[in-house]
Amino acid sequence: MAALINVPAKAKRGDVIEIKTLMSHIMEPGYRRTAEGSILPRDIITSFSCRYNGAEIFRADLFPAISANPFFSFFTVAKESGKLEFEWIGDNGFSATASASITVE
Amino acid sequence: MGKQPTTRRDFLGLAGGAAVAGAVPIVTLRPLDATPAMLSGAIRSVVGEATIRNGKVKLDIPPLVENGNTVPMTVSVASPMTAEDHVKSIHVFNEKNPQPNIGNFHLGPSAGRAQIATRIRLADSQKVVAIARLSDDSFWSASADVIVTLAACTEEVN
Amino acid sequence: MIWVRAIVLSALLAGPLLAGEIPLDQRRSGYTFMGPETKAMQDDDTVNPGMLFVLDGQTLWNQKLGSADKSCADCHGDAGASMKGVAARYPAFDRTLNRPVTIEQRINLERTQRQGAAPLAYESHDLLALSAFVANQSRGVAITAGDDPALKPFVEQGRALFMQREGQLNLACANCHDDNYDKHLAGSPVTQGQPTGYPLYRLEWQTLGSLERRLRSCMTGVRAKAYDFGAPELVALELYLMSRARGMKMETPAVRP
Repeated sequence: MAALINVPAKAKRGDVIEIKTLMSHIMEPGYRRTAEGSILPRDIITSFSCRYNGAEIFRADLFPAISANPFFSFFTVAKESGKLEFEWIGDNGFSATASASITVE
Repeated sequence: MGKQPTTRRDFLGLAGGAAVAGAVPIVTLRPLDATPAMLSGAIRSVVGEATIRNGKVKLDIPPLVENGNTVPMTVSVASPMTAEDHVKSIHVFNEKNPQPNIGNFHLGPSAGRAQIATRIRLADSQKVVAIARLSDDSFWSASADVIVTLAACTEEVN
Repeated sequence: MIWVRAIVLSALLAGPLLAGEIPLDQRRSGYTFMGPETKAMQDDDTVNPGMLFVLDGQTLWNQKLGSADKSCADCHGDAGASMKGVAARYPAFDRTLNRPVTIEQRINLERTQRQGAAPLAYESHDLLALSAFVANQSRGVAITAGDDPALKPFVEQGRALFMQREGQLNLACANCHDDNYDKHLAGSPVTQGQPTGYPLYRLEWQTLGSLERRLRSCMTGVRAKAYDFGAPELVALELYLMSRARGMKMETPAVRP
């Protein structure tokens, strides 16, 4: 399942850059019912984090009120060239990662 | 910049032990019948006894929403984001969903700008509250009222 | 008694339909009926959730499979070149089957006949992803579906279905989408029903879905029994709707409330 990551490929040192991420996930809240009346069990991403060259720069604890195919936009200071690593963890052992490179001059 | 009054109404039945900031409160009490008291309770479990001040926080959310399944929301906090003065975390709550929490977002001085955006679910027209915790452990909040219209031809889950 | 009242009432309601083709300069995409936030979700590929499916479709396009061990790319090369404009003229006439087929059906025909693979189920993730990827290559292209003379009887069939009252609510598509667009139904605007952005990400579904899914839920909405996925009636309806939208630009993947 796809993840859509948007990180500027290049930035100047000290620039504040925006990072946008989209992840495929149903985010089943655990309150919906089937036509027969039984509850569809909760199945959501509970945590999303971003590391910049190993240091955590952003983390989100998520609840069923976050929409399906969760979208996040957040900011970070472009400090040095390297890698941004993203991780999504959720119910039923869900785990997904993605990464993007950035060149900082 | 005044104090935001909060009362501890039926807080006792809920928050009890789940007082750790960021823990997922499992609401087993009337799960489909949320009340404003649950909202106060959830806020208290993050903020503790501290005063919550109005200001600094800007909650951008459309006042009228076409579909409650996907409501775009941006929270920004006025802050220099230096090591000495920055936003540690942003906590978002709602009033009428089955659960009062929406998300907790952890930042830090490396963020450069205290702004997050995401899309949330709102079960009904209601109030959304965003609370920011600063590096000096002060709490600031903003709230917005959202009207949620539903799609005309709602289909069953197949 | 109740019988008589019911007959009188339905006679009053079943008046002549004011239907007719909406003139080209008055055709409006569902996009124009949406609020600014939803429009913003569609406009930016970095935040459009439909793009997740387009990305998956791109992966599938390049995947070798089936007894022929071929990928779509092996025959069709770069989709940006080979698929440009294709979705804008679908449903298209298939000369072997002697009837129109939708993009989804074409994908399955290619899979079974050329790749030696099993067809994908309607509304399955993979079929949606592939059709979204293919249709996305036509984004910005003007719709020309229905121009082929061989399609004429099927367009007529689709038009008849569009005008035909159905369901317990006894409504025809035309009643709302030709005669009453820009009014509101339960707080939501009634659009013209132009299928410019399919498959699209519908906020109500919280996922991407096909035009057939949308048509079936409309039929359920007027309390009619919906045709099965892939039924000739749905294909004819899709063909008519696309020809009714002739000249409008494709928007796949659109976002709708």
